Order: sequence, then C-alpha cells, then structure tokens
Amino acid sequence: MNRIIQKNKINENIFRIVIDAPHIARAAKPGQFVVVVPTEKAERIPLTIADFDREKGTITIIFQIVGATTKVLDSIPAGGEIAHLLGPLGTPSHIENYGTVVVIGGGVGIAEIYPAVKALKAIGNEVITVIGARNRDLLIFQNELSVVSCQLLVTTDDGSAGRKGFVSDELKDIIASGKKIDLVLAVGPVPMMRVCCEVTKPHGIKTVVSLNPIMLDATGMCGACRVQVGGKTKFACVDGPEFDGHQVDFADLVARLKPFKDMEKRALDHVCRLLGGK
Amino acid sequence: MAEKKIRLHMAERSVEERVKDFNEVPQGYTPEQAIEEAKRCIQCKNPLCIKGCPVEVNIPVFIKLVAEGKFAEAAEKIKETNALPAICGRVCPQEEQCEKECILGKRGESIAIGNLERFVADWARKKPSPAGHKATLLSQRERVAIVGSGPAGLTCAGDLARMGYQVTIFESLHVTGGVLTYGIPEFRLPKAIVNLEIEYVKSLGVEIKTDMLVGNVYTIQELLKEYKAVFIGSGAGLPKFMNIPGENLDGVYSANEYLFRINMMKAWQFPEYLTPIKIGKRVAVVGGGNVAMDSARVSLRMGAEEVYIFYRRTQEEMPARIEEIKRAIEEGIIFKILTLPVKYHANASGWVSEAECRQMELGEPDASGRRRPVEIPNSDFRIQIDTVVVAIGNLPNPLIPQNTPALKTEKWGGVIITEEGLTSIPGVYAGGDIVRGAATVISAMGDGKRAAKAIAALLD
Repeated sequence: MNRIIQKNKINENIFRIVIDAPHIARAAKPGQFVVVVPTEKAERIPLTIADFDREKGTITIIFQIVGATTKVLDSIPAGGEIAHLLGPLGTPSHIENYGTVVVIGGGVGIAEIYPAVKALKAIGNEVITVIGARNRDLLIFQNELSVVSCQLLVTTDDGSAGRKGFVSDELKDIIASGKKIDLVLAVGPVPMMRVCCEVTKPHGIKTVVSLNPIMLDATGMCGACRVQVGGKTKFACVDGPEFDGHQVDFADLVARLKPFKDMEKRALDHVCRLLGGK
Repeated sequence: MAEKKIRLHMAERSVEERVKDFNEVPQGYTPEQAIEEAKRCIQCKNPLCIKGCPVEVNIPVFIKLVAEGKFAEAAEKIKETNALPAICGRVCPQEEQCEKECILGKRGESIAIGNLERFVADWARKKPSPAGHKATLLSQRERVAIVGSGPAGLTCAGDLARMGYQVTIFESLHVTGGVLTYGIPEFRLPKAIVNLEIEYVKSLGVEIKTDMLVGNVYTIQELLKEYKAVFIGSGAGLPKFMNIPGENLDGVYSANEYLFRINMMKAWQFPEYLTPIKIGKRVAVVGGGNVAMDSARVSLRMGAEEVYIFYRRTQEEMPARIEEIKRAIEEGIIFKILTLPVKYHANASGWVSEAECRQMELGEPDASGRRRPVEIPNSDFRIQIDTVVVAIGNLPNPLIPQNTPALKTEKWGGVIITEEGLTSIPGVYAGGDIVRGAATVISAMGDGKRAAKAIAALLD
C-alpha cells in the first residue's frame, strides 16, 4: 500500500508523485487533502490531493521541498512506499454552477486548483483560470489547466512567461472589464490570497481561499490549525481548509505559521546529513 | 496473626532522578512484596470489590493466586475479563472503584488491588507462557468493525475475538492505542507496555488497520454492508479552549497538541524524530485534571524551570487522581489555585509572555456538587510565562456524527446510546469518550465490554 508508482520532477524543487491508494482515490473529492508520513520518524504533513483516478485507484500529489519531511518524502523513489498516508481529509470544495468563476493559483497552489477547475467546468461554469509564479521555471500544470479551463491567464513576477506582474493584476483587469464574476477561488501563498481578497471585497465578489496552517493529526484533535474566521475559532483540518476569504484573519494566520521556523531548519540539516547531502 | 492495616507501597524513583527522563516513577512490587500484600486480602464471601470494577475482574480469586505464588494462573484469571491489565494496573483510578469498595478500607487501608494487578501483568509479560496465549479460534463467526484502537475499541475487539467473531479495527492515526499512546505520557504508561497489550489483542485474531479515518474513507453505512455490526470508540478528540484574548498566540498549545507532539510524535527526541516542539522556561498549564498533571510533569522533563498549574477552584476540587497530584507537587509543580487566566499578552515577536489572571473564591456548590468558583472584583494580576498549555477538557470528536446524519447525539456532541451501548442506528454501538466526553480508560473499557456482549447477543 501507499506505493509511489510514478514520480516526475517538475522543476528543481517541485515534484509530482502518483500513489497507489485505492481507498483514498475512491472517496476523494476536489479540495480535500491527505496527511503524509514518509517514514516512521518523520512529521505528519498535510498535502493537497492534486488529482485522483478512481478506476486506477491512484492519487496525485504535488510537493515542494521546503523542510525536513518533504526532503525525506523526496528521498523515496518511484516503486518505494510511503510509511503512512491518511485521507481524504477536510471538507470538499463546494462545487455548483455559479456562472462565471475565476480560479487563481499561485506557487504549488497551481497544482492544487486542478481538481476544482475540472469539477467547476464539468458542472457548467465558465472557468477563467489565473496562475502565477516568480518565473517561468516555477510555472507548473500549465498544459493540464489549459485543457480544463475556458481561459487560462499566466503571470510571472519577472515577465519570463505570460504577463509581468501578479495574479491579482489579472483579477483587477477582469473586474475592470465589467465581466460579472460570481465566485473567486484563490489557492496559494498567504500574501497572494490576502491580496486577492482585498481586490474582490469592495466589489462584493464572494471569494473562497484554501488555508494551510500547521497541522498534526488533521482530524480535529490537536487544534494546532485553529484559524480566526468571522471572529470565531475554526479548525482548518475539519471545518476547512476552504473558507470565506473576506472573513479570514490573515494576520493571525501568518503569525501562527512561524513558531517552529528555526527548528525546521535544524531538522532539515539533520535530514540532509542522514541522506548524505543529497 | 494481627491483621495488617497498612498496605505495602511500591518503591518510587527519587524526584531528582525521575524529572530528568521519561521513565516510569513507581517501580512495582517484588514477588515477595506482592505475596505479602496479597495475604492481607480476607477473601470476603460476598466481595464488593468486583462490583466496583467496570470490567468485573475476579479480584479475590486472582489475589488468592498471588498469595499462593501462582502468578501465571493469576494473570490468566485477570485476562478472562480484562485484555489490558498492565495498562489498568497503572492508570485506573482504583481508589474510586474496586479499592473504594474493599472492606479493609473501613478500618485501615484497602488492599492495593491496582498494584497487584500491575505486578501480575508485568510478571506475565516478562515470562511469556508457552501455549496459553494463543486463543482457541472457534469457527469463524460474523465480521464486526470497530472504530478506534483506544481502550474502548481494544476491549470490545478482544472480547468479540475471544467469542470467535472476525474483528477489524479501523484506526485513524498512524499508531495504535488512541489516548493510551498520544495522551498518557511515557513515564506514567510506557509505550512498550501499551504495544505488548495491543499485540495480545492482535494475537486473539483481531486485525488493526491504521490510517483509516472512518467517516471520510468509509461511512458507517458502508461498513454495515461488509460487517454485521459496528462499534464506535472514536474518543474525545475535540479540545476545548477558553476563548479568551491571546489564546491563539504562538506558545499557546491545547493539551492535545502538546502531548501529541511529545508522546505520539516523540518530539522529545528531536531532531532524530522530526516533529518539533518549543517549550520555554516558565510554563503555565490551565486545568486540574490528570491531563493537566501530565502536561505539567512533561514540561519539567522537557527542561522547563518553573511550571504552574492554574486552577480556578482549590486542590480539593481537582479532578486529577490524588497520587498524580501528589507526584506533581513532589516534583515541584507550583499550584496557583483559585486562579483564572483571562488574557495572554505577547512579546514583540508575537510569542506569549504574560498571563493576566483573576483571583477567585469559592461560592455555593453547583450542579456537580463542587463549590462554584466566583471572581473577586479588581483582583487581576500578571505572571510572566512563555508557554501555555490549555488542559480544560475535550469534547467528543465530531467527525463521525457529522458524516452520519442518522446517528443521534446530545447537544454537546456525545453519541446517544441505550444501556447496552446501542446507538440510534441498528447494529451500530458506541462507547468510551465519544459517548461520555472525557472520562477514564477503565470506563471506556467497561463500555467496550458491554457493547461486545450486546453485539454477541445480537448476532447469536
């Protein structure tokens, strides 16, 4: 179980793995995630289900090497097994025919929007997808998304692909063009989601964001992932990960993401030594 | 011979030694001590102790066997009704159950049933019996699914397996044992012992599937298609917070998160184990139960210099076991009683740095019979701390009720059951903290046992 049956390097730091997990593939819905424990001594980390195939019994995960546990995950080759894999977790995206939906992905969030884009289009929405990254090499899933979107807009911070600028610039332009937008779904780094919410709020456009706080069990037990939404405490693992972006306290979220940063560095050094500087 | 009124106490490691590591504090009886203590039992014709035991261990018989030095037979006798004796011998509140009923307690100290159970289980563990443990597998009867591998689920599974049913446990976490593993620290319940008792349950033919979150992976209704009955023992996994300002600051943990990082993810062995935890020099634990005592004593062992317990009533009203309170005090935990935190303040980098507390006094008794804490006006004071652990209790884990509309629950989230443990769905039983809210290991085991009986009666 949990065997990695395919592994592709998307760029220097981002990998796509297809995992044999029929019980998860069978129950998975867009917007849900899994907890991955690559080896017995690793952390439990939440990763979004970027795609699933019920017939083949597989799920696809995109991950970026950001710390010790993702480094350990990367050390497992195709054919190897992940020690523990739990899912599907979280409340699925609410998929219905809204009319026109703008789906925004930034960084690894680009891969995470794929199932939602596919499902929103399939149910009849006009889906405009906007993706952005720092540069061309970090852009992922462009082909896949262009197939399932009605329109795909690309931005890079340095202009090496698509428009030079941010995804929020495209969002502003779509709004300025007078097009009626019924829903915005934004998934990516916290600053990106926050800015998208600031852009849509004055226009009263409902904006859903997918939050990524620290999680442990991811089944509602530990409360590490508590976020403030509309002045109430919510657990992102079971109440989310998607929330009404106009209600989210982003400052609180940013503060709660940082407490272990220095220790994460130590853990990464430890893992790099173990893996022989790979 | 004059009757001995005082029980034999187990040797304990010195405070100086034990606060430096996660090894157990009490050392257990020697065989000679066990026999001596067991001989105090007067073998009542009408033993009250059994009635005090939620899983009805035949206490006088096993104690008589200990007195005769027949330890293996004593272990077999206990295991007839209790699959987890080394665990129960350590964490049951015997003083409120079997030992409370003991007739010796009327004119002296009751017999140390918990210590004896612990001795017998440990003795048997070190001397694996040649053939005894393999259960005689009856003709394979119907399949039963159990949700959660904590004390309720393990007991229900063990009892059903012994009756010949094919039992599968679905555990959501990556390690088995539920609260026995993630909640209770190593120095109070060594994980090697938990694992061995789980291995015993497996040896009865029980299959355990980890990383399986029932509700999300399979619904209860889907399980009912494959299994003749389902027992839900998914525990009290929803931490309560006080909802006061500053509770989301960095450095403020729920007891679940704190203990999960340390016990389950072994953050005390960081970075060999990759899960981090940050504990400062001055830790405040809020609450007065066993989980609060565990969190406080864990903090000492993780290197904190001063550890406070904030409790809004007095030591007398604390729900923790007396021996846990005693050990916490011995180890230097500072009890701030009649103290209610009302706000946490942060330093410049957003880390918790101060607790603002209100002084309380005791008023009239409330519904629980305990005197109600009342705030004293203008009594606020501040204490410098850099870590807070909120240990004010848990509510039933809501995931399964949310995913199972037909499952009736109380307003506070507890699954509603009949006296036999049956829920509002035919064939589906429940027990332990998902029904009671946060209670004890042994009451969860009692629930598991009762449900096993009811399931067997249903399927017969």
